[in-house]
Amino acid sequence: MAEINKRSKALTVNPLKASQPLGAALAFLGLRNSIPMLHGSQGCTAFGKVFFVRHFREPIPLQTTAMDQVSTIMSADENVIEGLKVICERHKPDFIGLATTGLSEVQGVDIGRLVRQFRDRHPQFSATAVVPVNTPDYSGCLESGYALAVEAIIATLVEPSLTNCAGRRRKQVNVLAGAMLTPGDIEAIREWIAAFGLRPVILPDIGDSLDGHLVDAETTPLTLGGTQRSEIASLGDSIATLVIGRSMCRAADLLLSRTGVPDYRFDHLLGLDACDAFTMALAEISGQPVPAQIDRQRAQLQDAMLDSHFMTGFLRVGIAADPDLLVALGQFLAGVGAEIVAAVAPARAEVLAEMPAESVRIGDLEDLERAAQAGRAQLLISNSHAAQSAGRLGIPLLRAGFPQYDWVGGYARTWVGYRGARSALFDVANLFLGNHHDTPVHRSIYWPDGRGDQEVRPTPDAGLVCH
Amino acid sequence: MKAAEIAVLLNEPACVHNKKDKAGCAKPKPGATAGGCSFDGAQIALLPIADVAHIVHGPIGCAGSSWDNRGARSSGAALYRIGMTTDLNEQDVIMGRGEKRLFHAIKQAIDDYAPAAVFLYSTCVPALVGDDLAAVAKAASERWGTPVVAVDCAGFYGTKNLGNRIAGEAMFTQVIGSREPDPVPQAAQRPGIRVHDVNLIGEYNIAGEFWHVAPLFDELGLRILGSLSGDARYREVQTMHRAEASMVVCAKALLNVARRLEEDYRVPFFEGSFYGISDTSQAFRDFARLLGDADLVARTELMIAREEANIRSALAPWAERLKGRRVLLYTGGVKSWSVVSALQDLGMTVVATGTNKSTQEDKQRIREIMGEDARMITDGSANGLLQAFKEYRADILIAGGRNLYTALKARIPFLDINQEREFGYAGYQGMLELVRQLALTLEAPVWAKVRASAPWSAAKRIGVALSSTETDHG
Repeated sequence: MAEINKRSKALTVNPLKASQPLGAALAFLGLRNSIPMLHGSQGCTAFGKVFFVRHFREPIPLQTTAMDQVSTIMSADENVIEGLKVICERHKPDFIGLATTGLSEVQGVDIGRLVRQFRDRHPQFSATAVVPVNTPDYSGCLESGYALAVEAIIATLVEPSLTNCAGRRRKQVNVLAGAMLTPGDIEAIREWIAAFGLRPVILPDIGDSLDGHLVDAETTPLTLGGTQRSEIASLGDSIATLVIGRSMCRAADLLLSRTGVPDYRFDHLLGLDACDAFTMALAEISGQPVPAQIDRQRAQLQDAMLDSHFMTGFLRVGIAADPDLLVALGQFLAGVGAEIVAAVAPARAEVLAEMPAESVRIGDLEDLERAAQAGRAQLLISNSHAAQSAGRLGIPLLRAGFPQYDWVGGYARTWVGYRGARSALFDVANLFLGNHHDTPVHRSIYWPDGRGDQEVRPTPDAGLVCH
Repeated sequence: MKAAEIAVLLNEPACVHNKKDKAGCAKPKPGATAGGCSFDGAQIALLPIADVAHIVHGPIGCAGSSWDNRGARSSGAALYRIGMTTDLNEQDVIMGRGEKRLFHAIKQAIDDYAPAAVFLYSTCVPALVGDDLAAVAKAASERWGTPVVAVDCAGFYGTKNLGNRIAGEAMFTQVIGSREPDPVPQAAQRPGIRVHDVNLIGEYNIAGEFWHVAPLFDELGLRILGSLSGDARYREVQTMHRAEASMVVCAKALLNVARRLEEDYRVPFFEGSFYGISDTSQAFRDFARLLGDADLVARTELMIAREEANIRSALAPWAERLKGRRVLLYTGGVKSWSVVSALQDLGMTVVATGTNKSTQEDKQRIREIMGEDARMITDGSANGLLQAFKEYRADILIAGGRNLYTALKARIPFLDINQEREFGYAGYQGMLELVRQLALTLEAPVWAKVRASAPWSAAKRIGVALSSTETDHG
């Protein structure tokens, strides 16, 4: 049990946190023919758009209700209704995700009522699902905003089933995919499930919408992939639900109560133990034996664990990430002998108690840097912003989480599964090999003229960010 | 900030936009709006001041996704890259503890980072709650002896442009004029060269591009007294009222600062650009003219002749490769013509340019440079740009970063011309980087490969409608 130390400073320095509305937008981007709209000033959306565009290197559909000075004081209700109408007219989306921000929440908005008003006034747009969600940016973080949006999608679009239809589609399994999963992860999970002859419905499916693939269409005002309306309607027919990430629990509870589909919950899918648990669940649900290729991948991971344990053993690591990802990385690395000397999360979450570290600080990247220095960390794991910290500490950075703007392909990286764990181990080991410090040279006082040779200087590593 | 104060800022007498019937900018349309807010604009304008602690007062949405995401470079101090925010939580908002947190936050920043000054940026939530940033700034400044400057720039006040103005206004009223310049160091005095003090306004040293130009300022004896805000220091901004001339670089946004410097301190200014050979030369000529120093005029002409000859010979092999290539340019305001001349210097053909943010004067310049039949584009949507690209048979799109993926998804070459870019194009030497980047994307071997469909696919090329292929098959 890790001790949780709450935020102790007035000033947040080098923020680790990304806001709840961004998390909600990310979840809505995992739906097909969808566009999120943030109810706030236009800057809320502009910043969010740049944030995702630079991370995914994709055009990102994201709109705003564009609150200005007058609507902020008088009422911005009309902005919401007009915004919904404009988007419906122009793009005819299947989904509009409507997330609030700090501004609209402080003003005091009843977002659900506004959606009902929109429905009454513009019944012609009934083909577009509108999902409202309250995501003030003065609480939570990206992960919690994402989870709230998934819960709102279920609350809005999954009808409570009067008769239990669970299992009517014997091959279909639901996946509630948490915010820590990359498009690369989602792809791996899809293949993993398919290997057991099952068909996954993944909610939200950023693996299909944000994986970065070229399509024939030159422009797309909406998401061009993701979970479909009809798939969401069929969640109640599935034989099981797989829940990945503790942050998804409230959404899972709601789905369970609405559909009665039994669920299997996993905190994460990083590392051998987590992969084994997931594989066992798939075998149980499908009634199939574990396919030979998965056995082989598992054996490859075991081999990699042996090869790399010389580098990962006692490796002092500092990690800063949203709670689910933090615990996932912590348990994965502790499971191969590493020591987590610094752990920072941007916001509280129940799962943090499971962190294999003495304590977890609710804080920022300044806290990470200080704790990493105090704990003589040899490796940092965090988002691109931590490159500055890693540079000052003279240790390498492995990029994980949001945003990764100075790194091509972070969104495509696969962390989950046996193969994901294997390549993560290789990377951690290689970062260590490229940066470990040799014993300082000793030059004896008895050597005349320093033996006549030049002193060997260690390679300069200050400011070096290898990864 | 009061509505009347905002109206005053929106009405910039020195701005040519004002001379037409156009009261400020159009109200943004919910559901169909792009672009940043006033906070964004204010932060962009001031963040490059490198030795200041920039504290964003608000919940995480404002600083969390925007800190350290611009390309402005500093030659030394790096404090501006440290993201600072009060990161207001629910309790702060409900209990009204924002001001108190801000006060302690200022102390923390001063204790830990010893900044030259602290800038406070207001955002929507504290503006709505009613936090008094000016009062907190005053109290903190008196208590700890470090200048604290409040910038009242809540996002809902309006556009990014308004935010620029607010930032300029804050600098003019609170910072500029609060210190006298240091004397010119004795070691830097050269016989026969009289040193003139000048300002740069609206130059952000993106990707360090101003360093292509800065050595020429030194050579001519032009000391950059202060800059808003590329590679600037607080102490320098304080002295900008003592400059002999200001240059407003490539933007209308901070025009208010230049105008007020002229009104209150008689610092004359001109508008110019460092993009392209001819504009760079023109900028130096304008400085020499405003400063009224005959010797400087002569030395400037010598320097220009030398630099132009050097760069033209260095560009010759590149120009050969780029000659006749057709460019669709979509960028705002001054850049709509200043970049045109840079591209024409290379023998490229600019087939059309965007004029959304351009003034009548800008448009006139475009006609002068491109001829009377110059095509001007106003529809900047993804579809509009792609239509124009096809219609005018362009080879490359040059635009701001937000259009990058519009171009790439349509499989067309692209060059980023705005603030987030990684490469500096300013000055004579910047042209070399520009041609390299142009050639790099135009000549990339990837285009043919991404345009062709898979060998096993029926359609030979992307763009051939699948339905027509089906018809062919009967």
